[in-house]
Amino acid sequence: MLEILSLKNTVNFLRHALPISIMSAVLVLGSLVSMATKGINWGLDFTGGTVVEMEFTQPVDLNVLRVQLTTPELDGAVVQNFGSSRDVLVRLSVKEGVKSDVQVKSVMEAAQKVDPQVQQKRVEFVGPQVGKELAEQGGLAVLVALICIMIYVSFRFEWRLAFGSVAALAHDVIVTLGVFSVFQLEFDLTVLAGLLTVVGYSLNDTIVVFDRIRENFLKMRKSDPEEVVNVSITQTMSRTIITTGTTLVVVIALFLKGGTMIHGFATALLMGIFVGTYSSIYVASFLAIKLGINREHMMPVEIEKEGADQPAMMP
Amino acid sequence: MVVLVIAIGCFYAVPNLFGEDHAVQVVATRGAEVTASTQARVNELLASKGIAVKRSELEKGQLLVRVQNADQQLLAKEVIAENLGDKFTVALNLAPATPKWLESMGGSPMKLGLDLRGGVHFLMEVDMGEAIRKMEEAKIADFRAQLREEKIRYAGIRSNANGIEVKFRDAESLASAERFLKSRSNDMVFSDASRGEDFALQAVMSETYLKQIKEEALQQNITTIRNRVNELGVAEPVVQRQGAERIIVELPGVQDTARAKEILGATASIEFHMVDDKADPNAAQSGRVSAGSEVYQRREGGTVILKKEVMLTGDHITGAQPSFDQYSRPQVSINLDAKGGTIFSNVTKDNIGKPMATLFIEYKDSGERNADGSVKMQKIQEVISVATIQARLGRNFVITGLSHGEAQNLALLLRAGALIAPVSIVEERTIGPSLGAENIENGVQAMIWGMAVVLLFMLVYYRGFGLIANIALTANLVMVVGVMSMIPGAVLTLPGIAGMVLTVGMAVDGNVLIYERIREELRAGRSVQQAIHEGYGNAFSTIADANITTFLTALILFAVGTGAVKGFAVTLMIGIATSMFTAIVGTRSIVNAIWGGKRVKTLSI
Repeated sequence: MLEILSLKNTVNFLRHALPISIMSAVLVLGSLVSMATKGINWGLDFTGGTVVEMEFTQPVDLNVLRVQLTTPELDGAVVQNFGSSRDVLVRLSVKEGVKSDVQVKSVMEAAQKVDPQVQQKRVEFVGPQVGKELAEQGGLAVLVALICIMIYVSFRFEWRLAFGSVAALAHDVIVTLGVFSVFQLEFDLTVLAGLLTVVGYSLNDTIVVFDRIRENFLKMRKSDPEEVVNVSITQTMSRTIITTGTTLVVVIALFLKGGTMIHGFATALLMGIFVGTYSSIYVASFLAIKLGINREHMMPVEIEKEGADQPAMMP
Repeated sequence: MVVLVIAIGCFYAVPNLFGEDHAVQVVATRGAEVTASTQARVNELLASKGIAVKRSELEKGQLLVRVQNADQQLLAKEVIAENLGDKFTVALNLAPATPKWLESMGGSPMKLGLDLRGGVHFLMEVDMGEAIRKMEEAKIADFRAQLREEKIRYAGIRSNANGIEVKFRDAESLASAERFLKSRSNDMVFSDASRGEDFALQAVMSETYLKQIKEEALQQNITTIRNRVNELGVAEPVVQRQGAERIIVELPGVQDTARAKEILGATASIEFHMVDDKADPNAAQSGRVSAGSEVYQRREGGTVILKKEVMLTGDHITGAQPSFDQYSRPQVSINLDAKGGTIFSNVTKDNIGKPMATLFIEYKDSGERNADGSVKMQKIQEVISVATIQARLGRNFVITGLSHGEAQNLALLLRAGALIAPVSIVEERTIGPSLGAENIENGVQAMIWGMAVVLLFMLVYYRGFGLIANIALTANLVMVVGVMSMIPGAVLTLPGIAGMVLTVGMAVDGNVLIYERIREELRAGRSVQQAIHEGYGNAFSTIADANITTFLTALILFAVGTGAVKGFAVTLMIGIATSMFTAIVGTRSIVNAIWGGKRVKTLSI
C-alpha cells in the first residue's frame, strides 16, 4: 500500500495553533491594511471602461505603441502585453461624452500605424453604471454565500462549528483578496467566481474535518476536546493532502494551459486552495475549541444518526 | 440503474464528437417564404458553381445548406445572396454535424458561449426616464384638450418634479376639473395641491401605469431589436430581457460591431397617406403617375399609388394594440397624442369613404459603405395596410379588416415606428473567432493535462480501487458533457470549461474519502467486506455535506453571476451532482461486482 502519510500516532496539531493563529491574524490584518492603502486593482467588469485586445504579426515594443496613442479620447490609456509579446491589451477609462467605439477606432488606427496587419481580437466595454452594479452584486454574493453556509452548518452541525467554519472562510476570502491587493493583480468577474469557488472548496475541507470531529466526540468518550480535534485532524490528514493535491494539479493545469482569459481565476484558486486548506485545520477547529465545543453539543444531532451507524460505534 | 444512467449520459454526450459543418442559412424577410422551390433553386445555383452540398434541410421556414469548408461557405453565401434578391437574408452558420438519427432522438451538441465561438454581446438599457417623460407630455396634451372640451377654465398646465400640475383661478373650476379628469384618466392619481389662493391639481402616474409604461417600452424595444437583428442575417441570435430595463443581445459570429450597432440603432417610422384612387393602375405599372402621387410597394406584394402629402406621421402615435371588435373580428386600436388627434380629425372628416394607407419607412444596411467608413443606410418604404375611412377619426381609432396575425403584426410595426424610449449600449463584449478557437484549445489542453495527472496519481496510489475511481471520473466527465448537451439553456463558456476541469480535481475527493476510510477500517483490523461496507457508509454523510455546501455556493454564483460566470456555475453544479453519483453509486456497483459476496483476503487499495 502506497501511502503519502503514515501517521501511526496522533499528531498534536493544536500545539501550533496559537502561533499559527497569530500568523493568520497578522495575514488578515496585513491584507486589510493593503486593501485600505493600496486598494484593489479592480478590473473592467467593476470599474467600467473599454478594453481592446489585439494581435500583432510580430512582437511589438509597447513604448512605440504608447507614443501613437496620443489622441485626447485615449488619455490615460494603459498598454500592456497579454499572454505573449505579440498580444497587446489596451485599457481605456470611461470618458464623459466620448463613445467607446470612437475610442476603439482610434486605438486600432494607432495600432495600424505600428503594424498594418494588426488584428482586433477582443473588445469589451462596460458602462460605469453596470460596473458599479456588478461590484455590488459581487460583494452581496460573497456575503450571501457566507450566511447561507453559516445557516446550513449550524443546522447540520452546531453553531460553534458554524462560526468556526465561516470565520475560516472569511479568513480565506480576506487573505486571497489581500494577495490580489499586495501584488496589484487585476480583480475581475472571473476572479470573483474563483473566490466563491474557494469558499466552496475551503468549506469542503472544513466539513470533512468537522464531520470527523463530531464522530470522534461520540466515540472517544473519555478524551478532552483538544485531543478529539487532534485525532480527527490526524485521521483526515492524508485525505486532505490527496484532495488538495489533485485539485492543485488541475488548477495548475488551468493556470499554465488555460490561457490568459482565465489566469485571474486560476490565480485566485491557487491562492485560495493553499490558504483554505490550512485555515480549515487551524482557524476553524481552533475557533470552535475556543468557543468551548464539547461532547454535549454534538449529542442532539447525533441521535438520528446513531441508529443507522450502530455497528460503527462499537470498536 | 447505474449502467442505464451512464448510458444515457454517453448517448447525449456523443453528438459533441461530430463537430460542426460550415453552412449557409437562408431566411425569408418581408413577406417572402422559403419553400421547396427556393431550396431547389439554391441547390441548382450551388451545383452550377461547382459547390458540393453535404446536406440541405428545410425546417421552420429556414433553409440550411451544409457545404464542405469555409471557402465554399463564403462562395455559397455570395452566390445565393446575389441570386435570391433582397427578400431573403443569407447568413453564415455553423451547423452541428450530428447524424440525423441521433438528432431525431433529441441529441445535440453543447451550445458554445460567445467567448468560445466569437461574436458580439451587447447589454442595452432602455431610457425609462425618456419613456415616462414622453407619456407625461402626451398626458398634458390630453388634459388640455379635455379641459377645453368640457369648457373648464384653467390657468396653466405644466410638468413638475412629481408629475403634472394644473393651475386654476378658483376653487370651483378646480373641483369640477378634478371630478372630470378623474373619470377620464384612471391611470393617474389626483390630489389637491392648492396653496392659499393658488388653486392647483397635482396628477401623478399610478404605480401600475408606470409599470405598464416601462413594460411596454421594454417589450417594444425587444421586438424592434429582434426585427433588426433578423435583418442582420445572424445565425442563432439571442435577444433577451434582463431585469426591468435591460436587454441582452448576442450575435454569434458577428465581428463588425460598428455595423451591428448602427443597424440596431436604426430608426423606423410610420406615415399615413391617402391613396390616390384617381390614378390609373396600369399607368402606375410603368411608373407614370401624376406629380402629387407616387408608387409604393405593398408588403404583401403588388403596388399602390399614394398621394405624396403626409396626413400624419408616426411620432403622434402613443400606442397601438391588437384587439377585437364587438363581433370579435381582429382590429388594431391606435392612440394618437392630442395634436395628432386634431390633425387627424381634420383630414379624415373630408375623406370619409376613401382609402387610407399606412406607410412603413425603415432604414436598412445596404451592405455598402460611405466614404468615411460608416454604413450606408438604404431607405425602404412599404405600405403595410390600406383601409377605408369609415367616419371622422379622432385620437383613438381602429383599423379593421385584418386577420388576427395581421393585426398583431401591424400593431407591432406601428409601435416600432414610434419608439417611445431610446436604448443605449451599457456593456459590449466582442470576441474574435480566432480567440474563441484559442480559448477552446486552451481549455481542452488544461483539461487533458489536469486529468492525466489525476488519473495517473489515482492509479499509482490506490491501484485496483484507483482504476475504479478513474472509470468513475471518466464517466463523470462524460455525464457532465451529456447533461450540458441535454439542458436546452445550458451554454458552455470558457469559465465553464474551467469548472469542468475543476470538477475533475474535486470529484476524486469523494473516492479519496471513501478509500481512506476503507484503509482505516482495514488497519483497524476489519475484514475486507466489512471495511468496504464501513468505508462507503461512513464517508457518505461527509461527502453529502461537503458537496451540498459547494453546491450552495455554486447556486449563489449562478444567481448573481452574468454570462460567462453563470456558465461556470452551471457546469460546477452539474459536476457536483454527477460526481456524487459516480463517486458513490458508480464505484460501489463496480466494487460490488468485483468483490461482492466473495471471501477476499486482501484488497488492491
